[in-house]
Amino acid sequence: MEIKSVQVRDITVRYLEGGSGPALVFLHGTGGVTAADPFLNALAVKHHVYAPMIPGYGDSDEAPEIRDMLDFTLHTWDVVEALGLKDPILVGHSMGGMIAAEMAAIAPNDVSRLALIAPAGLWDDEHPVVDMFASLPFEMPQLLFHDAQAGAAILTAGRNVEDPGFLQAYLVANARQLGMAGRILFPIPERGLSQRLCRIKAKTMIVWGESDRLIPPTYAQAFKTGIASAQLVSIPEAGHMVIVEKTAAVVEAVSTLG
Amino acid sequence: MKFTWFNLMPWPYLPDDFREKNRSVWVDIDQKLFDPAKSHEVYNTYMDLLEYADTLGFDGVGVNEHHQNGYGIMPSPNIIAAGLARRTKDAAIVVLGNSIALYNPPVRVAEEFAMLDCISGGRLVAGFPVGTSMDTNYCYGQIPSLTREKYQEAHDLIIKAWTTREPFAFNGRYNKLRHVNIWPRPIQQPYPPIHIPGGGSVETYDFCIDNTYSYSYLSFSGYLRAQALMSGYWKRIEERGVDKSPYRAGFAQTILVADTDEQAEQLYAEHVSYFYNRCLHVYPGFADAPGYRTIKTIQSGALSQYAPPRGGYATLTWKALIEGGHVIAGSPETVRQRMEDLIKGLNVGNIFCLMHVGNMPADKCMYSTKLFAEKVMPKLRDMFPDWADDNRFWTTPLEKRVTSGRLPKEAPTSADLAKTYALGA
Repeated sequence: MEIKSVQVRDITVRYLEGGSGPALVFLHGTGGVTAADPFLNALAVKHHVYAPMIPGYGDSDEAPEIRDMLDFTLHTWDVVEALGLKDPILVGHSMGGMIAAEMAAIAPNDVSRLALIAPAGLWDDEHPVVDMFASLPFEMPQLLFHDAQAGAAILTAGRNVEDPGFLQAYLVANARQLGMAGRILFPIPERGLSQRLCRIKAKTMIVWGESDRLIPPTYAQAFKTGIASAQLVSIPEAGHMVIVEKTAAVVEAVSTLG
Repeated sequence: MKFTWFNLMPWPYLPDDFREKNRSVWVDIDQKLFDPAKSHEVYNTYMDLLEYADTLGFDGVGVNEHHQNGYGIMPSPNIIAAGLARRTKDAAIVVLGNSIALYNPPVRVAEEFAMLDCISGGRLVAGFPVGTSMDTNYCYGQIPSLTREKYQEAHDLIIKAWTTREPFAFNGRYNKLRHVNIWPRPIQQPYPPIHIPGGGSVETYDFCIDNTYSYSYLSFSGYLRAQALMSGYWKRIEERGVDKSPYRAGFAQTILVADTDEQAEQLYAEHVSYFYNRCLHVYPGFADAPGYRTIKTIQSGALSQYAPPRGGYATLTWKALIEGGHVIAGSPETVRQRMEDLIKGLNVGNIFCLMHVGNMPADKCMYSTKLFAEKVMPKLRDMFPDWADDNRFWTTPLEKRVTSGRLPKEAPTSADLAKTYALGA
């Protein structure tokens, strides 16, 4: 994957691009996305992948004026437009899934193929989504992965937690990224999507890891019920980071869209 | 010098095994640990102590705002302040403060502070904290990275409401108000002195300088550790070319006085331990929501004071807490010396004296308070003679004020009224 920039009015948006085939836009989750992302690279085998970074992620500009759900939704549509794409396959994971669903709901005639991978955006009192903003780093592997031990190794790979510079860099990145994510996810990751899901016309693939402990799989049913032409693929032995733990299975599910 | 007697109002009945059995004193503290019937006496004792401080000549009595918190049972400081406005005579009512981003709409603060100023005869010091992340984000659900923008707008609205003499429309991002026209408005003009509690955000320094507000550092880790932060503030003051009045700054310090140093330890060690071990037991996941502090502040290296020191407070002994300056305690002479170090070292004119600590009973608190008022405070009064006339950061009360309980014992008869009013036959 190659890292590039596109200008959306006064915001410089960084995005990853690679592969060939039908155009596919991938919207990342709260952890962000890198060029080495195995899921992106697997998608790129059969697709022309574009993965824009939300402002504040990676080295993209911050965008203080993007404050609420509508701002995020319209901004991401503006990115798609700036990339010169029409009706790409729209794929989102977690927070990115929430944004993708909102994009498909607000402009139902512009999205014909949608993949939502463990998306945020709904809330059920009986099955609260875990408060990731009050979770500590050591708790994350357990929340994000089916295999917490393997997950911990993935999360800490290449990071020297003993390095004093690391903590500050980590805090700054957290403030930039999760600070931005918090605008649509804090304190409850719900901004009215449930009443808009019915507007989605796209052929929709919902993908969920059966051991997702961050956003429990019960939400998969709620998305399936809310979107008219939705299909659900449940993947065993996978947590919220199903795109990492079962990359091939997710790519296969997404590929049924085209 | 201005000495404000401050009470955080801790819940004094946290169990001995609180740390072991609970993850946090704040946000998700166990409901079962609060006993409403017991709180009746706790609240009234705490208010009695604040009133007692007024009778001893403290310049101010201080309250603050915390939510869902075992060491501060004061979600609404204005309710306590209202009681104090009636029951105290001379002390400033220092509300430090109202977390203005949490009030909807914030004109509520402009109104309530105006009421407090009117009832107290112009004795209000108005504090505008951003609020801790625990209170603001985790308890009251504000989006961390938008909290400061909302705070700023609330501030602008309150000041405008206090200073505009006709109805106006306020088209803010967070507040859309067609008719702002607060009634009443404060006695003090143009508005009460404003103190801004801060924890090391560099933006806050400039905010205070720009508006001639006093910057208050409310820390529990004492004056020695505060040196770095406060010198950052004074450096900024110098860069901006404004005067270095010590009243531009305030500092909170735990202070405990006894006849001798040994007696101080005997009397107060268990209550200090209660505070540092149980009351400050905050779950790290609640200490600092991502986006709450600005990038600039994080880059400056200031960490949340609620992030416990390495090893935690639990390992700190009385000796360590005294030597580290977390707590100033001992004989009047010991306390005087250390207070002098604090005042000179930090160049602060406003001291928020944390004289009730943890689960301290009222008798010990009165004893310590009285010793401080009589044997320490007078010797520290004139630390800054050059700035004795600087009243920009303190109250300007009405000269002639009334107090509660002035009505005659008996209601008048109609014969009495006839002496004053024209009454028909």
